[in-house]
Amino acid sequence: MTDDLPSAPPRSVPVGRLAVYAIVGLIGLALTFAPFLFPDVRAQEVAARICIFVVLVASYDLLIGYTGIVSFAHTMFFGLGAYGTAMALKAMGPGFDAILLGGGAGVLAALVLAVLIGLLSLRVKAIFFAMVTLAAASVMLVLASQLSDLTGGEDGMTYEVPRLFSAATKLLTDADGKTLRLFGVALNGKIAAYYFVFLSSLALFVLMLRIVGSPLGTVLMAIRENEMRAEAIGYRVVAYRTAIFCIAAVIAALAGVLRAVWLKYVGPDVALSFAIMIDILLMVVIGGMGTMVGAVIGVVVMSLAQFYLKDLMEVGAAATADLPLLPDLLNPDRWLLWLGVLFILLVYFFPAGVAGTLMGKGARK
Amino acid sequence: MNAISTTISRLGGVTLLPVALAALAFVLIGQPSSWVTLTVAGLAMGMMIFLMASGLSLIFGLMDVLNFGHSAFVSFGAFVAASVLAALGSWVTGGSAALNALALLAAIGAATAFGAVGGWFFERVIVKPVYRDHLRQILITMGALIVAEQLILAVWGGAPVAVPRPAFLAGSIVIGDVAVETYRIFAFALGLGVYLVMHYALNRTRIGLLIRAGVENREMVEALGFRIDRLFVAVFMAGSALAAMGGAMWAGYQGLITPAIGPEMMILVFIVVIIGGLGSIEGSLLGAILVGLLANYVAFLAPKLSLASNMLLMMAILLWRPYGLKPAIKG
Repeated sequence: MTDDLPSAPPRSVPVGRLAVYAIVGLIGLALTFAPFLFPDVRAQEVAARICIFVVLVASYDLLIGYTGIVSFAHTMFFGLGAYGTAMALKAMGPGFDAILLGGGAGVLAALVLAVLIGLLSLRVKAIFFAMVTLAAASVMLVLASQLSDLTGGEDGMTYEVPRLFSAATKLLTDADGKTLRLFGVALNGKIAAYYFVFLSSLALFVLMLRIVGSPLGTVLMAIRENEMRAEAIGYRVVAYRTAIFCIAAVIAALAGVLRAVWLKYVGPDVALSFAIMIDILLMVVIGGMGTMVGAVIGVVVMSLAQFYLKDLMEVGAAATADLPLLPDLLNPDRWLLWLGVLFILLVYFFPAGVAGTLMGKGARK
Repeated sequence: MNAISTTISRLGGVTLLPVALAALAFVLIGQPSSWVTLTVAGLAMGMMIFLMASGLSLIFGLMDVLNFGHSAFVSFGAFVAASVLAALGSWVTGGSAALNALALLAAIGAATAFGAVGGWFFERVIVKPVYRDHLRQILITMGALIVAEQLILAVWGGAPVAVPRPAFLAGSIVIGDVAVETYRIFAFALGLGVYLVMHYALNRTRIGLLIRAGVENREMVEALGFRIDRLFVAVFMAGSALAAMGGAMWAGYQGLITPAIGPEMMILVFIVVIIGGLGSIEGSLLGAILVGLLANYVAFLAPKLSLASNMLLMMAILLWRPYGLKPAIKG
């Protein structure tokens, strides 16, 4: 009997998919051992920034990629988490209770705002929602800079973090009572802070992977593909949209808490400004909307571009110094110009982003 | 209760809101002279915002495109006007009112023309390939906004640019103990003029008929054999030109502009368009005047709340009328 059955088609190896997972795996490994692989301070800053932004960008991808909601209020939630933590740490002094309380308050504020915005405006068109969130985010930015007694205004504020995370803390001591070194790297509080950020980010990222893989994730994708049909099948679209908007807001606020703990500084430029929103947007689109791993790739590509594109442009500006206008366009401060052009081209020609395009290659055979 | 609401709607319905707001502010402020100054300032500001908002609203109404790059035209308009005024130098500051007016006209004209050409380019190159795809539209116009802002930074630099104000609009007119800046009267008059022209064009001309029909039902207009794509370009150019004109007026009003002028105004413009209802000129005018008045009153009564007040206004109106006060299309 079995001989009559048509033989199964030869199993195609999804090269693109494998490549994407390999890249993400490598990035994950690099981040895991970042303090030992890249011991200098600057690289550690970049590594921590990448961890935090992976969470932030992935949570934004939950909205834009998986559900098809365009929100410009994501930095607002990020900022709420960061500012909540910062204010509590400043008022109560360094301690985990302050982080817990301030971060909790920030996350709660983000949740309440998300529920309000969601119920108020998620029932209308995508475009309308984008405008409402943009207006809300701008008002939050103005508030943060005007209520300078609370938030430090444009200058932001610095504060102490718990002793465990300060560079002077010895995690392990050797026989002489000095900080133990592992592969030449001192095991001090900075390492503890990095792993706090890294492990929290990892946990949040895994949680988001779980959400995407769960029935909830499937419903969200159904809503993205065909809202009317999802509603007709019996899913309450507004409820689901509001739910994922709240989940994304909470995760963004938690990322903000991590940012505040790591930087020991919070100001509009690092936690609330519109530039961060644009960064997030670029990262999601470059990485690939609707793929969690795309967030990882997008963040790494953007972060590296921010450092190396500037160097490249400096060379370009020096080479064209005699020509009119060109040196201005190639000025390292104008790197966003070229990323913007790249962004437009990506949206035109590769709307699926790096991860999506690579994965599509393998699947199409 | 029913009788009251009928009376209100006969008197003008939601268009009474600015009047109610002004009356409330009169009670709260208490001094008639400050109230008049603030009201005139609010009306002038509202008219300038209207110039910027009407274009956005019209483009959205007809083409179903929300142009996040709209604020780039506001910035470009402001900077082009500033450059023209600076280049004309003695014409602007000289004593002759005719030369002053000519310089001002040249500046506003240059900004408007730049807006129109920029709008043509924008529609053809940026927006056209992504019609009917909202997500990509938002992303693309956002990308274009980034590029445009960076271009402004590259050409004019990041430092504030001073905008010379034509001498004949510099002073103020004093009536009794009330001083009214001439520029505000000019801004109000220009805004009102543009509104009347738009109103006439939309309601009394053939093009306007087609535009209104396109807002109502695009497919039907196409089916009847009209080239709607040409209409799209025309409306896009007009909308961008209006934004640039508004930017130029705002630059003259402020006297000192930075590249942040576009994004700053854009928040207000969005709020206005949301309040007024997408796609309607009357709605934009109503929303703009409400926002302008409220911004000035609140800035006087409680300065810290200035921007938040507009946000609260938007929230309140959205709760009451989810599609805005006078929507042209049902969302």
